[in-house]
Amino acid sequence: MVSITIDGRRVKVREGATILQASRENDIYIPTLCDDPRLEPYGGCRLCLVQIKGMARPVTACTTPVSEGMIVETTNDEIEDLRRTIVELLLSDHPNDCMVCEKAGDCTLQELAYFYNIRKNRFYGERRQYAERDGNPFIERDMEKCILCGKCVRVCSEVQGVSAIEIAYRGFSAKVCPPFEKDLDCEFCGQCVSVCPTGALMGKLSMGKGRQKDIEKVESVCPYCGCGCNITLHVARNEVIRVSSRPDSLNEGWLCVKGRFGFKFNSSPDRLKHPLIKRNGRFEEASWDEALDYVAQRLGEIKDRYGADAIAGLSSARCTNEENYLFQKFMRAAVGTNNVDHCARY
Amino acid sequence: MAMQEGSIVVKVCMGTGGIAAGGAAVVSAFREEFESAGVRASVEKNCSVHNVGCRGFCARDVLVDVIVGGEKTTYEYIKSDMVPRIVEEHILQGRPIEEWVVKEDYHTFHEKQVKVVLSDCGEVDPEDIESYVGRGGYSALEKVLATMTPEETIGLIKDSGLRGRGGAGFPAGLKWEFARKAAGEPKYLICNADEGDPGAFMDRSIIEGNPHSVIEGMVIGAYAIGARKGYVYIRAEYPLAVERLQIALDQARRRRVLGDDIGGRGFDFDIRIKLGAGAFVCGEETALIASIEGNRGMPRAKPPFPAQKGLWGKPTVINNVETLANVPYIVRNGAGWFAQFGTEKSKGTKVFALTGKVKNSGLIEVPLGISLREIIYDIGGGIEGGRRLKAVQTGGPSGGCITNEMIDIAVDYESLAKAGSIVGSGGMVVMDETDCMVNIAKYFLEFTQAESCGKCVPCRIGTKRLLEILQRITDGRGRPGDVELLEKLSNDVRSASLCGLGQTAPNPVLSTLRYFRNEYEAHIHEKRCPAGVCKNLLTYSILEEFCKGCTMCARVCPAGAIVGEKKKPHKIIEEICVKCGACFEICKFKAVKKG
Repeated sequence: MVSITIDGRRVKVREGATILQASRENDIYIPTLCDDPRLEPYGGCRLCLVQIKGMARPVTACTTPVSEGMIVETTNDEIEDLRRTIVELLLSDHPNDCMVCEKAGDCTLQELAYFYNIRKNRFYGERRQYAERDGNPFIERDMEKCILCGKCVRVCSEVQGVSAIEIAYRGFSAKVCPPFEKDLDCEFCGQCVSVCPTGALMGKLSMGKGRQKDIEKVESVCPYCGCGCNITLHVARNEVIRVSSRPDSLNEGWLCVKGRFGFKFNSSPDRLKHPLIKRNGRFEEASWDEALDYVAQRLGEIKDRYGADAIAGLSSARCTNEENYLFQKFMRAAVGTNNVDHCARY
Repeated sequence: MAMQEGSIVVKVCMGTGGIAAGGAAVVSAFREEFESAGVRASVEKNCSVHNVGCRGFCARDVLVDVIVGGEKTTYEYIKSDMVPRIVEEHILQGRPIEEWVVKEDYHTFHEKQVKVVLSDCGEVDPEDIESYVGRGGYSALEKVLATMTPEETIGLIKDSGLRGRGGAGFPAGLKWEFARKAAGEPKYLICNADEGDPGAFMDRSIIEGNPHSVIEGMVIGAYAIGARKGYVYIRAEYPLAVERLQIALDQARRRRVLGDDIGGRGFDFDIRIKLGAGAFVCGEETALIASIEGNRGMPRAKPPFPAQKGLWGKPTVINNVETLANVPYIVRNGAGWFAQFGTEKSKGTKVFALTGKVKNSGLIEVPLGISLREIIYDIGGGIEGGRRLKAVQTGGPSGGCITNEMIDIAVDYESLAKAGSIVGSGGMVVMDETDCMVNIAKYFLEFTQAESCGKCVPCRIGTKRLLEILQRITDGRGRPGDVELLEKLSNDVRSASLCGLGQTAPNPVLSTLRYFRNEYEAHIHEKRCPAGVCKNLLTYSILEEFCKGCTMCARVCPAGAIVGEKKKPHKIIEEICVKCGACFEICKFKAVKKG
């Protein structure tokens, strides 16, 4: 542990921590746009500039490790002035269409503009304008809203190991895009969407389905596989319009394409909501008790007449490990056959 | 190269400047002439033509030395069709051609220079290691390996006072010491040959003219820090330098001054060439490392410094070409010898690329601390056309300007920094009264703005907005408050940017604002460009009392904006005029007024 002083408060923090981590652990707020505690520090947005006593120029809190005796000022007139300039510069190259933006209400840039009360911008000039839209099925990419924080690029490479996107071009023309600016053709895990601080990356399935204020958030568990990722269902007008995951969940907020974008079945009219039993050539709705009794009865009859090996069981990857264990146990011990297999083998 | 008495040697400048001026044709013309004139048979003397690297005075290319019996004659502006006469009169008949021989100013150009890194450029054949060895090459390496410990080597460089020549001026010996002491294996040594400042070509000329000096410097540096692998990060736009470097590396390996068991003394070190794709930001060391690792060339925050965590996370030293090329000479001649040049804190010599409105443009090497006046007037021969010096931009796009009033300033790291500029990599652009300082600031910012990597906000958007403000000022659309806005944004970009590129990009704006604020204000408030450069702010008119009605102006006007009868005063119709200045240039009676 090392002792440092942040804004006049003496605190003890673990060695190797950055100033940003140390500040957060002590509930001292420093604005950021490009930081995500789950990703490598980047130092691109420059909002977390802080002043260290004895150093000539301000440094970024996200990249600077603490050292014994360090005296840090996270806010003063000069620092706030620089942050204000940065936010104004970002807004000078932004559509500023919050009124119709899907991200409004959940946008870090919007929040900063509010926080710094930026009504009139000192800076104006050319704005990036991109006519083309990405034709992929899941991710809406509006690069005019991109602030080049690089989080999407980092999550794609550091967490997902896919590296489907990178920053291309230089300076003002810099742009996050897939190779040769083709349409995105990746796993569509949507981690990039989940870390984007602005409306540059949004899920296509949720577009136009409801404003932030309409959304009720329901904590749940992803039904797709045995991993059991924690998910948050965004529900508007009794319909799931988006799925997210909290960074403090066991899966650290990361999801796959199924968990993040495969939620439409939820409101499908074809979805099975009750067991069905086929009677007289037609499926008829039944209760769970009825259905289970029927299955037990038929398994018994088949086993008696043809032997246990006439029965086979196929289990699903959507079950948990424990459920799969129980299923094979059931087949071997209760039914008495080794004819048991799992869909993941096919 | 050992010269036999009575031998004939012709040395043709084959640096990029020499080649551009037709050097290759001159070389083959000499070879053909010797062949057909049967020089060897009739004179019965050795006769050879050597390609040599840049000798600095590029404005006079192709420069050719003809050495007959030890007597050297230097010719300037040589073209291939002049070669037969040189061979006929000078070589065969022994009568040098006086009118082609370099004039007095060739000698004054060289007199005040002190050549260390350039001492062998223009003398050795860059494609022949023996030529370098013949002038003492690789003896420094031998000395280091045979008689000195790595610590002693570092001590020697520290004592010499050598500072990084790439821009920042960090003490080279100290950098080596940090890397030597840093934990982690293996260690790397990288030579930064990603020279990117517009108009700067010192690193290119050193590699083209004497690549072995850089290799020798690298091997010595590697021995000092304990590196076994090195890289030369060089721009792909320097094809000649890359080619000569590759030849030099191959020859060095064959001669066992590079590779395994160097000189039979059990030290291994090898060098790989890594081609850069011409991104200015890759000259920044962390971006350079990212590029070698195969990533997008973007800088990262320091610390950790490369000496602690560099290439592949290992201790790495990155030295500029010129820094490394100094090393063999320091080892050979001693730290004291090197330290005799320069000032107390800025030791040794520095190569500058002298360009702009100066008579003798080219590459010069001078002791640090020399006055700017000596560089401009004694070496540079003064301002073109006898006009008045206005300012000198030092340090390229990251630097600032030094005004005419400060012409006696000592050119060293501290003095230039105090004046708001830098030594930088050694660019020196001379400007006269016909240069508009707002326009100059705009020119440099156009460059840095386009070369920003885009990673951090102040550099990516801030430099863009700065450029736009400058653009509107020079277009005559400047508004009250623009000067203050420029100043504020420049300071913010300087404070908030991630790397040296953004931190220094506003320097040309800030330094021109500091010394030429009135020019900015004239543009904004009076809609006037005092230097008469910014087109939108210019009007051309004809002074009736001087106009003879010769019709020349009307004839050259591309827009048909000039009307008038023969032998009667003409008139410019302002609405049609495109402000090209053709009438102003052609008028013999000074009847066209610009302003």
